[in-house]
Amino acid sequence: MLGTTTKEPSRSVLAPVRAVFRAMVVTVVPEAKQLDEPGWLAVEALVEDALEFRPRALRGQLQLFLRAIEWLPVVRYGRTFTRLGDMQRSRVLRYLQDHPVERIRCGFWGLRTLAYLGYYGRREGAHGIGYRPDPRGWEAVQSR
Amino acid sequence: MKRRSYARRSFDIVIIGSGAGGGTVAQELSPLCRDGVRIAVLEKGPKLRDEEFNGREVEMATALYEDGGGFLTAEQTMTLAFGSAYGGSTVVYTGTSLLPPERVLRRWNVPGLAFADVEQRARKYVAENNVHLLDESLLNENNRLFVEGCRGLGYRVQQFPVNLKGCRGSSLCNLGCPNQAKRGTDRVQLPRAERNGVEVVTRCEVQRIENKKVFARVSEKREGDKGERSTWEPGDYEIDAKVVVVCAGAVNSSALLLRSGFGRSLPRLGRGFTSHPAFIMVAEHDRPITNSVGHPKSFYLDQFAESDHFLLETCMYFPFITAKAMVGFGEEHSRFMRAFPRLQMILVLACDEVDDHNRVTVNGDGRPLVHYRFTPAVIHGLVQGAITSAKISFAAGAVRAHVPVSYAPTIERADRERLDQIAENPDFKPGKLSISAAHLQGGCAMGSGPEDSVTDSDGRVHGVPWLYVADSSLFPNSLEINPYLTIMALADRVAETVRKDMNAAL
Repeated sequence: MLGTTTKEPSRSVLAPVRAVFRAMVVTVVPEAKQLDEPGWLAVEALVEDALEFRPRALRGQLQLFLRAIEWLPVVRYGRTFTRLGDMQRSRVLRYLQDHPVERIRCGFWGLRTLAYLGYYGRREGAHGIGYRPDPRGWEAVQSR
Repeated sequence: MKRRSYARRSFDIVIIGSGAGGGTVAQELSPLCRDGVRIAVLEKGPKLRDEEFNGREVEMATALYEDGGGFLTAEQTMTLAFGSAYGGSTVVYTGTSLLPPERVLRRWNVPGLAFADVEQRARKYVAENNVHLLDESLLNENNRLFVEGCRGLGYRVQQFPVNLKGCRGSSLCNLGCPNQAKRGTDRVQLPRAERNGVEVVTRCEVQRIENKKVFARVSEKREGDKGERSTWEPGDYEIDAKVVVVCAGAVNSSALLLRSGFGRSLPRLGRGFTSHPAFIMVAEHDRPITNSVGHPKSFYLDQFAESDHFLLETCMYFPFITAKAMVGFGEEHSRFMRAFPRLQMILVLACDEVDDHNRVTVNGDGRPLVHYRFTPAVIHGLVQGAITSAKISFAAGAVRAHVPVSYAPTIERADRERLDQIAENPDFKPGKLSISAAHLQGGCAMGSGPEDSVTDSDGRVHGVPWLYVADSSLFPNSLEINPYLTIMALADRVAETVRKDMNAAL
């Protein structure tokens, strides 16, 4: 019998880790620094929607991974991730991206995917890079 | 424990899934309805109304794909994209329609499966689905640059036959055509089957099959969901069926049969999974090109399939998928994204072979788990494919390329000689690279008996005379090309077998 664990809506994943999530997003997509509060809420809504029906364990792992990102730099830089400068944040994420342990690389891949989903999944994010699809196709191009 | 109550239904034939396999079987068996045969198609996904296809990336991916197109393998190093809607993956493919390759079918060596028969059946769907080559005037620059680059390097580039009718060039094929121009099963075979009397039930997920009974759950349409409500009330159903044809796709067909207990007598069930693992090579030109308009996948290059295990295809994806597909982050990544209107894209697909590790299983909840590791041949194929793609783009005039298997992925035109060095020392780290697959095959392979396969060459499950499989899970090894026409040809064979077997039983 199929279980129903993936079909239970969840509570917010990002709320307890919002600051480090936003710090991660602006490191992954530097343009995100220009986001205003409604823009951030739109980014986070897309991410929460994508996570809503994922297994509870995966949502927990995500929070854990973000917390690890926040505290990992204390060992090397004496400061948490959210208090680091751009260069140092990039170094921390690059370390995770190229980590010798595959599971850690996968964890970071998942986070950066969510950052891209939130930023470029918005209509404003897509329009900002010049992507303007039109169902009319060639006809729309000719009428411009 | 509270006992679940099941609503009862009864059919002569139940078809599970409505994609290239299920839609074809439904159409081919539908004339039997005139003789009073009751046929149902049970589809897990919704049926969208025409006006709901709006081309918005996240919205449409969520509505039309399993897990929004991001179904992760057990190792979490690859995502699988497969449709979950009325019409299955034929709603979200690009309509590329290649005939099965003779060399591959000969290599499959399935007793009773003749290449000529499969090819003849595939040609029937070439005609039925309006498969043709797009007129040159409809080709965009993303495709033309691929052709130019390939020809400049002396490669044998070929044009994809596509199953379109009334294509306006929205370039939104992978999000469901907003102009209903693709001749998928949602537009051709299923409507015909319904006109003939087949009942199609959407939002209906089959949970298990037991001795000519199908147990399924119909889900409610949630607020904000796209698509029509199911014609059946939400709830649990016990459906009697004289014949069951499983066409739920390579992942879900294997998983359904495994959680129904058929793995005990069929040790090969779920095994032999292949998928054409793929990633995107992106290159930037110094001027805007037509890329997000026109059919996205008009050409391919298969001359390296045998020697280096890769295929190249033109492609054009959407902002989120493109961002995800490129390796890395930060300013270097953003620079390519900001160049979106100047981007050329090539899809690199590895021709993978059956490997013992790569298989479908189910977890404790009965949900599918796909185990997949990249073999040395697949890694070689992806690396060589990425390098070849970058060379093609540079030959077509690109100013820089994003080569995902390089530690420093941005390669400037002036440094293109470095590409061969990258091939010798690639940076291929699973979990770092974004690898995705959409040609999911195997798991219920055809063969001679239960020791080497799950079905015979006509899709009959070994030892279970009322149970058939008719989808890409039948493939005993990778097809090495886009699979839809071959799936339809095999489904056509299975439908004919079902008819013959039913007649023989009467």
